[in-house]
Amino acid sequence: MSELLIKGGRVIDPSNGINGIFDLLLIDGLVVQVAEDMKSETATVIDATGKWVTPGLIDIHTHLREPGYEYKETIATGSMAAVAGGFTSIACMANTNPVNDNAEVTRLIIETAKREAVANIYVIGAVTKGLNGKQLADIGDMKEAGIVALSDDGKCVGALSVMRSAMEYAGMFGLPIIEHAEDPGLSLGTVMNEGFTSLKLGLPGNPTASEEVIVSRDAVLAGYLDVHIHIAHVSSKGAVRAIREAKERGVRITAEAAPHHFSITDETCDNFNTMAKVAPPLRTDEDVAAIREGLADGTIDCIATDHAPHAVNEKELEFELAAFGISGLETAVPLSLALAREGVMSEEKLIETMTCAPAGIIGIDRGTLSEGAVADVTIIDPNSEWTVDPENFASKGRNTPFAGWRVKGRAVMTIVKGKIVYEC
Amino acid sequence: MDLSGHNLSAKRIVSMSELSVADIDLILDTAKAMKGISEREVKKAPTLRGRTVINCFMEPSTRTRTSFEISGKRLSADVINISGSGSSLTKGESIKDMMENLEAMKPDLLVIRSAHSGVPLQVAGWIDCPIVSAGDGRNEHPTQSLLDLMTIKETKGKLSGLNISIIGDILNSRVARSNLTAMKTVGCNVTVCGPATLLPRKIEKFADQVTTCRETAVKDADVIMTLRIQRERIGQAKFPSLREYSKHFGLNLKVMEKARKDVLLLHPGPINRGVEISPEVADGPWSSILEQVTNGVAVRMAILYLMTGGVRQN
Repeated sequence: MSELLIKGGRVIDPSNGINGIFDLLLIDGLVVQVAEDMKSETATVIDATGKWVTPGLIDIHTHLREPGYEYKETIATGSMAAVAGGFTSIACMANTNPVNDNAEVTRLIIETAKREAVANIYVIGAVTKGLNGKQLADIGDMKEAGIVALSDDGKCVGALSVMRSAMEYAGMFGLPIIEHAEDPGLSLGTVMNEGFTSLKLGLPGNPTASEEVIVSRDAVLAGYLDVHIHIAHVSSKGAVRAIREAKERGVRITAEAAPHHFSITDETCDNFNTMAKVAPPLRTDEDVAAIREGLADGTIDCIATDHAPHAVNEKELEFELAAFGISGLETAVPLSLALAREGVMSEEKLIETMTCAPAGIIGIDRGTLSEGAVADVTIIDPNSEWTVDPENFASKGRNTPFAGWRVKGRAVMTIVKGKIVYEC
Repeated sequence: MDLSGHNLSAKRIVSMSELSVADIDLILDTAKAMKGISEREVKKAPTLRGRTVINCFMEPSTRTRTSFEISGKRLSADVINISGSGSSLTKGESIKDMMENLEAMKPDLLVIRSAHSGVPLQVAGWIDCPIVSAGDGRNEHPTQSLLDLMTIKETKGKLSGLNISIIGDILNSRVARSNLTAMKTVGCNVTVCGPATLLPRKIEKFADQVTTCRETAVKDADVIMTLRIQRERIGQAKFPSLREYSKHFGLNLKVMEKARKDVLLLHPGPINRGVEISPEVADGPWSSILEQVTNGVAVRMAILYLMTGGVRQN
């Protein structure tokens, strides 16, 4: 029998409306109780005074790169980055090599994860074969093998007729489609946000309209078919507005935002800083403000990192040739905590966007400290100050625009299924 | 010529935004002196003997590459030319590795031309060797801008206060970008003009006036600069045809009637006769297009001289 008694922390469990100083007892990988002044003769006691005790954080948008790109990241290293960043459950995207568009690849990922991952790994299947945007992937087979959602992430499902079929077919299995909302034509060849900085740098600019038109299009289709569409990494004010309006008219639309999109702007690309090259691109102050507002009012349901690790040599290139993406798992907590500290949203609401809200979107039974729930727990020190140093990342991907940032807040202990998998 | 005591504040020339008015004046004054060398019977000065200049052209170029090569040779530098297809980039070497290798051969100056915006600036961050940009993507073409300024100053006697109109594909033009920055630095009033599809968003933050009307751009200009129109843009649906472009944005004799009599006409080349400029206008009395090319050599000689330390220490 393994017992953990986490004492004296501020337990924040939005799924149960809990926010106060409580003890938390975990036995044999399950939550037993949240209560005041618990005692146990047998449990290992963890002092969480001054810390937050939350359901294990969930990130529904990561790229683990395995199979095919193990030099960038593996399921093992990605899962270590997850727990170091406070995440107990992560979902991985399908743009591996081979693409996760069939049950064989799905099973391979699940088996590898069982063997090697320290976090819970949930698998997202491709919408179309080889992410080609034309033929549907083996959606039914992958569902049987265990996927939780569908996405061609990295690419937008461009053709409306294909998206319609995908929505209808996925709806049959209760799988949400996660859209990378960028019009393939408007975004073609672009490498950063279209605006003053792209003009100054002479780099091809990606218009915010590219995202907004696809969000609007998908909202219309999802409403027409009454299926669940989830918008990945919302980057623009227009997209936030389109999602808000769709929710108001009852469309089953959810959305996520990545910490980089609510923390920094396209000015970070100045001096051809390839670490700030990401898709969709970093936008402007106006967009950052809109995303923050969207998170606060529930238009955007959750925070997801879009963790996209790359090798150093894929970033030390001409800006136009450098890879898109930010290694995000290990900086998400402090960047997100800043939202609560800056008064954008309450601490409970913030934790909701990182626990029960993302769990609900992909339909997994995590993100809660209810009695009998799997004992995934994150202990956060909201006041710990530290400097981001990519050399200390557990991820193989050191590609971050936040290197050298002095930040506040970090996960100090991560517990997966009742086992301490990370401690600092 | 004695220029000792004068130094550029910039250790690299990758963006006109990094050059002060004093830097620009120094380069143009030096270029004026250098121009004399090209007019001698024996077009060679020993100034840069023993200095090595590598011209690294990773994008095809005739005029600029030749101009840099001649500039180096007229000053007796050892000039090595590397072209894109002959470089190790085609074998999969990264730009960073390639530049570090070139630096290990101890050149005194690297001239870099790339099809990708930002490369000269990025390279300047990776290696210590002084860098001069010979044009990068859509970003900047500082030596072109400097030769334009030299030509304007020679003709008009000044730069400050002049009305300058740049007409054409502003979106894709590094010449336009460098000139917009430089001309603001020296106090010109700049108008940009082109079809709406080739005027980038936020251009109003760079230019003093933005217009899609060619006549408006031409009317009060002291200097008109017209930019080359590339055929590929038709495939990108930027405008319907060269014919229509020429009709609405080309410079012809009829349009030039609206211009000031003493207007100076520039074009960074290569020109498409009959598209952005009619043959009569290109060869007309306003045109200084070939003078620009001559000044290009002088400006580049000045830059090589100033960047490789000017007067020798020993």
